[in-house]
Amino acid sequence: MSIDTPTSETMNIVIVGHVDHGKSTLLGRLYADTGSLPEGKLDKIQAICRQQGKEFEYAFLFDAFLEEQEQGITIDTARTFFSWGNRHYIIIDAPGHKEFLKNMVSGAARAEAALLIIDALEGVKEQSKRHGLLLSMLGVKQVTVVVNKMDLVNYREDVFASIEKEYRVFLEQLKVTPQYVIPASAKQGVNIATSSPQTPWYQGPTVLDSLGHFQLETARTEQALRFPIQDVYKFDARRILVGRITAGKLNLGDHLVFSPSNKSANVQTIEAFNIDPSPMHAQAGQSVGITLDEQIFVERGEIASQHASSPLVSTCLRAHVFWLGQRPLTLNQNYLLRLATREVSCQVTAIHRIVDATDLDDIQTESKVQRNEVADITLRTKSPIAFDVYADFEVTGRFVLVDHYDVSGGGIITERVHDEQESLRTEARERDSAWVKGVVGPEERAQHYGHRSAVILFAGSDTTSKAFLARKLEALLVAEGRHAYLLDAENLRRGLDADLSETQATEAVRRYGEVAKLLTDTGLLVISTTNSFNRPTSEVIQTIQTLVNPTNVVTIHMTKEIPLLQEDADLTFAGPENFEDCAHQVIATLKQKGILAESLGTHPEFQYSI
Amino acid sequence: MKHIRQLEDQSVFILREAYKHFDHLAMLWSMGKDSTVLLWLARKAFFGHVPFPLIHIDTSFKIPEMIEYRDRLAREWRLNLVIGQNTAALANGMNHTNGRVECCTALKTNGLKLLMDEKGYTGLILGVRADEESTRAKERYFSPRDKNNEWDFRDQPPELWDQFKTSFPPDTHIRIHPLLDWTEINIWEYIKLEQIPFLENLYLDQGTGSRYRSLGCAPCTTPIQSTAKTVDAIITELRNSNVAERAGRAQDEGRGMELLRKEGYM
Ligand SMILES: Nc1nc2c(ncn2[C@@H]2O[C@H](COP(=O)(O)OP(=O)(O)OP(=O)(O)O)[C@@H](O)[C@H]2O)c(=O)[nH]1
Ligand SMILES: [Mg+2]
Repeated sequence: MSIDTPTSETMNIVIVGHVDHGKSTLLGRLYADTGSLPEGKLDKIQAICRQQGKEFEYAFLFDAFLEEQEQGITIDTARTFFSWGNRHYIIIDAPGHKEFLKNMVSGAARAEAALLIIDALEGVKEQSKRHGLLLSMLGVKQVTVVVNKMDLVNYREDVFASIEKEYRVFLEQLKVTPQYVIPASAKQGVNIATSSPQTPWYQGPTVLDSLGHFQLETARTEQALRFPIQDVYKFDARRILVGRITAGKLNLGDHLVFSPSNKSANVQTIEAFNIDPSPMHAQAGQSVGITLDEQIFVERGEIASQHASSPLVSTCLRAHVFWLGQRPLTLNQNYLLRLATREVSCQVTAIHRIVDATDLDDIQTESKVQRNEVADITLRTKSPIAFDVYADFEVTGRFVLVDHYDVSGGGIITERVHDEQESLRTEARERDSAWVKGVVGPEERAQHYGHRSAVILFAGSDTTSKAFLARKLEALLVAEGRHAYLLDAENLRRGLDADLSETQATEAVRRYGEVAKLLTDTGLLVISTTNSFNRPTSEVIQTIQTLVNPTNVVTIHMTKEIPLLQEDADLTFAGPENFEDCAHQVIATLKQKGILAESLGTHPEFQYSI
Repeated sequence: MKHIRQLEDQSVFILREAYKHFDHLAMLWSMGKDSTVLLWLARKAFFGHVPFPLIHIDTSFKIPEMIEYRDRLAREWRLNLVIGQNTAALANGMNHTNGRVECCTALKTNGLKLLMDEKGYTGLILGVRADEESTRAKERYFSPRDKNNEWDFRDQPPELWDQFKTSFPPDTHIRIHPLLDWTEINIWEYIKLEQIPFLENLYLDQGTGSRYRSLGCAPCTTPIQSTAKTVDAIITELRNSNVAERAGRAQDEGRGMELLRKEGYM
């Protein structure tokens, strides 16, 4: 690393390919032939090899673990630092063995460009193709192919040409064009750092030169703004929203919309430590903090954007995933989906096809995706999330799936699938963006009332005294000084719904949701039962949720039977006898959810954690 | 400059992820250049605050100036300092003459383990860099350790697209490495850019023709020949040097580091 240049540009490159095709050797050779190794390092490795009675291997420079050297195989990726020309590189050496695909993926996910190594004697093998496929899914668009070990085929041009042809055809199916295909011998140092007389028929660049031809990723600053909220800090008087801008630019005074809550406010300040004067704008890639001109309650996981170009919102999406988990990805099982900073429970509702990495053909549809397989699937999240299609926005268009404690797969979103709530969601969004705000905002109301607004729904079979408990809760809350109101759907029937016939139950639910929206905007706790809606409970709950979004809908499921675990309910009561106790449990739940503040002293004064 | 800011943005992102996901979080601070840059990055990430304790594992063999510097910054920056020490091992006379790997294991690895057990930290932020030595080159940003603090490098979790391993079984913990992509030169470039206070008397040549390149315990760290009297001079020197940074660190010889790190060494 003996070039005296100031750090100007840096690029991350990954080396991939089938096991034993010579990735680590090539990297070692690159360092050695450019004088980039620390003093004494080569001698040390040579001594280790002599000691073990082995032939010297360049690969040992980076295969640092004893086990790796004993087996002559790379287990995990190594980050190495290399400088050449005007550039600094982090070159990541990935393992080629199928067993360590998750490590290869970890390395490649960080890269902007890749060197894909193919053994001239063995030719294109399974991982040569799988790695090619994964590169394209991981967003690595620049690839240079190195046909290595040319010494083993006497540097024959025809062998090279046939491998080149075969692999180009494969990459073409992935819409990838290699920048170069280079014949080389890592072991002999042919076409690595210097071009060599052994391949007079080759006029292209050496591996070293080819690195300089990779383009730096174009800035994502020209795109529309995507600012996923990472956290909200209140260390001092400032309430700072932090996060990393993943696309576009953000300026002081910008009007931001948060998805999926549809809340909005203007950027008041851009906060920074040890930077004077404080910044006026920020752009993609930067980790920033902002304050808003209005105290709105937004949380980690929401994506801030400009109004005209906000991300998609749905509970349903189609994606290409690769699976790395020990247990297969299985239909209708729960996984945690993590997209930017959002985490939400999800299920795979359909596996459309499994892609065979070796010929890119479809395999017959299955109910499981096995480890190291790639599949085209539809996912359903438990609550709506904001996202983009990968082709439009890289960072907000991809996600990982967590199984148990482990990140077990990754995916890129190919399309939004409309769910049943789509038209209502659009209605809510358009209504919210045109909403004329009063002087008093929800945060201020919450401070005065000692609670945020919410809808509390009692659901379950008809005979369980839902209405009775609902009344009990209303009375208790009001006695505590909270603003609660029982809004029975029956009360809309002869008035607001007078023009509706029996068959228009769906519209009745929508109108109820809009009324609830108005009431929650006043800061109320709206209580209701699902008795009089004449529609399936889950549909009622979803509709109300969509229309009052982002206000919380708390559902309490009541049943006569032994309680089945009600996945969607916040609380379940079975054949309750002590209603007083139940009502108190509901209140406890509301506190736990941060809807009711703890009251301090006699005169209600309330403390929120935000 | 632009590259340094990119590194800063990534490290700040990692620190904020750590703070969000770990209730029992702490950061190791050895007063060396790396962990001091890390501490500075925490102040960046949290706007002048450091919302978690800073651990110093005191082997009792540190250079006295380091302790003075530690206490001064702790006061000025309002740091919550937690000091750990393997007092039993010291009482039994542990020092480097018992063997360097033995000494490091007892005073650092086990000193840390004792403190972790006592305090129950589940997330530990460290300033290790991939370019320091070859097992660190294989680290993840979020790297799990088992019940015995051991690192299973054969089976590290996948890490992609800034989605880190933040959930883990009880009794295990996660090591967080925000400086993995920084090189030694980057560290000095950043110290200069941000004007971070560092141990100038040790890192810069005071007229003796030598300075410390890396700070460990006094008996096991030797100064290097250098006449660098400013940060700029250090940067120039590093750009033109081919000597590994930890060449002055005794425990790195042979397979020392792999064994140490497997058992929970930093
Ligand atoms: N003849 C010949 N042998 C080579 C060449 N390049 C690498 N090898 C040998 O191929 C074997 C495997 O090389 P590695 O560099 O470890 O292969 P790798 O691709 O890093 O392997 P994994 O990381 O385990 O996937 C070693 O024995 C090398 O010496 C070459 O150009 N010619
Ligand atoms: Mg290898």
